[in-house]
Amino acid sequence: MMSLSNHEACGLRASDPRVTPAIRKILPSGPGLAAAPGVAWLAVFMIAPCLLVFAYAFLTRGLYGGVVDELTLDNLLRVLDPLYAGIFLTSTRIAGLATLLAVLVAYPAAYAIVLSPRHWQPLLLFLAVLPFWSNYLIRTYAWIVLLNREGMVNQGLTLLGYEGEPLSLLYSEGAVVVGLVYNYLPFVILAIYATLSRLDPQLKEASRDLGASAVATFVRVTLPLSAPGVAAGAVFVFVLSIGNFITPALLGGGRFQMVGNLIYDQFLTANDWPFGAALGMALILVMMALLFLQARVTDRVSGGRVGAGNA
Amino acid sequence: MREPRAQAFARRGILLLVFAFLYVPVGVLVLLSFNRSGLPTAWGGFSLKWYGELAGNAEILSAAWNTLVVALSATAIATLLGTLLALGIERRARRSRGLEAMVFAPMIIPDIVLAVALLSFFSRLDVTTGLHTIVISHVVFDLAFVCAVVRARLKSFDFTMVEASRDLGASAVTTFRRVTLPLLLPSVVAGALLAFTLSVDEFIIAFFTAGAGRSSMTLPMQIYSMIRFGITPEINALATIVMAVSATALVISQRLNRGRLLGS
Repeated sequence: MMSLSNHEACGLRASDPRVTPAIRKILPSGPGLAAAPGVAWLAVFMIAPCLLVFAYAFLTRGLYGGVVDELTLDNLLRVLDPLYAGIFLTSTRIAGLATLLAVLVAYPAAYAIVLSPRHWQPLLLFLAVLPFWSNYLIRTYAWIVLLNREGMVNQGLTLLGYEGEPLSLLYSEGAVVVGLVYNYLPFVILAIYATLSRLDPQLKEASRDLGASAVATFVRVTLPLSAPGVAAGAVFVFVLSIGNFITPALLGGGRFQMVGNLIYDQFLTANDWPFGAALGMALILVMMALLFLQARVTDRVSGGRVGAGNA
Repeated sequence: MREPRAQAFARRGILLLVFAFLYVPVGVLVLLSFNRSGLPTAWGGFSLKWYGELAGNAEILSAAWNTLVVALSATAIATLLGTLLALGIERRARRSRGLEAMVFAPMIIPDIVLAVALLSFFSRLDVTTGLHTIVISHVVFDLAFVCAVVRARLKSFDFTMVEASRDLGASAVTTFRRVTLPLLLPSVVAGALLAFTLSVDEFIIAFFTAGAGRSSMTLPMQIYSMIRFGITPEINALATIVMAVSATALVISQRLNRGRLLGS
């Protein structure tokens, strides 16, 4: 979730000229030693479980749940079954729509923050990101309160003179999309702000001085240079949306199965762990492909001479 | 250069709309939690009645206690391991791609995947599940976040201070204790607060690693089952308390970390 700072969090190395022998002595002894407990924790409780679940994808389901150690490719082939491929497609459509809307809302918002007076920017950014760190369930529940038949939105419509049946806004694809956009918008604003705020203002001035219109300058200079922020934000929303479980369950009313719900069902209700594992693997593959694409976008922009100030 | 009027107008308009979109839905919740009538449709006057109901609900109190135990334990372990990890990584002469990917992974793995992986892992090893397995699982992502926050601080760390301390005759241990640690401390505390918030709010991984039974139910699990049951004024009150706790932790974290938390 902090992929932005991560790219540049590669701070001080022992090879850094600032690190004198004296400093080397101060930092905890041995490069490996301090990192060891954390690395061990991640190895045992993240990497080993993930490897195990990937292995499960190739094993057979037990008669009463559980896993039998017999190799098979059935689970992976089943992911391609039209029924499940259809769920992947639905998830992709919903996640894609949420991503598009989030970027379309976040871009002007980030731009507006960048154009605000400098001393206001940290506060505006903080306020934009604050909801992101509050409870996901609660933020989703807020939309149930707003969208249900007796909810605020229907009440508002009645006040405006609407006299028909209350609209059933909840438990629809639209509600799921709105919930996803609402939950992930803060991060997209942050990602786009991060690239926009680092753009060299001289580039824009040069473009204007050379006779380009404001629109042309935006389309040919600002927009391409902010592509890494857009890509980072978009990949984030897409990945978290497609694997989402809470929003479709609460705002979709169980009517819209997404990959996340399907995995949940395989593990907790259908008791078909190997198939659930195969679905999880497919999800990780999609995620890695997208992260690879995002890295390409970032490289292309910062590879040019007009880098967005990437370290 | 003065901002053109049309631009100022558009900028304020956009900000107003976006902040309304972000804050009105949760604001409505907070407002309704103080509504005596308990109905979303009619304002029956200000009341703390629903908060009172919460205080008398044994299930919610036990879930809140569990959450506190899990979040404090996970935060303590993650802060120690994450800080050491950050120091260890930053000290390396060469950047290791594998290590970078490893400390980055917990932040981006879809939580449902990590949840089912840990469930499979614990059940394969016949580990009895309960609050302790939730703690173990939460440390995985908590430590990655602590590590990221502390590393960001190390990046701008003024190493001449350390040098000065050594030149003036302080021992390595004294220097670490009196110079390095105090300088790093704000970011360590900021990371810990972030880890605490993440752990308090985490639902899916806790749900999968808690095991059956009410005894290891956490607050988000309680909230989830309440929401599935329907809209009640108690949820609004509970939601308000949870959001207030997160927001307070984050504001403190942000102050300590001088804005670095947000990558700005």
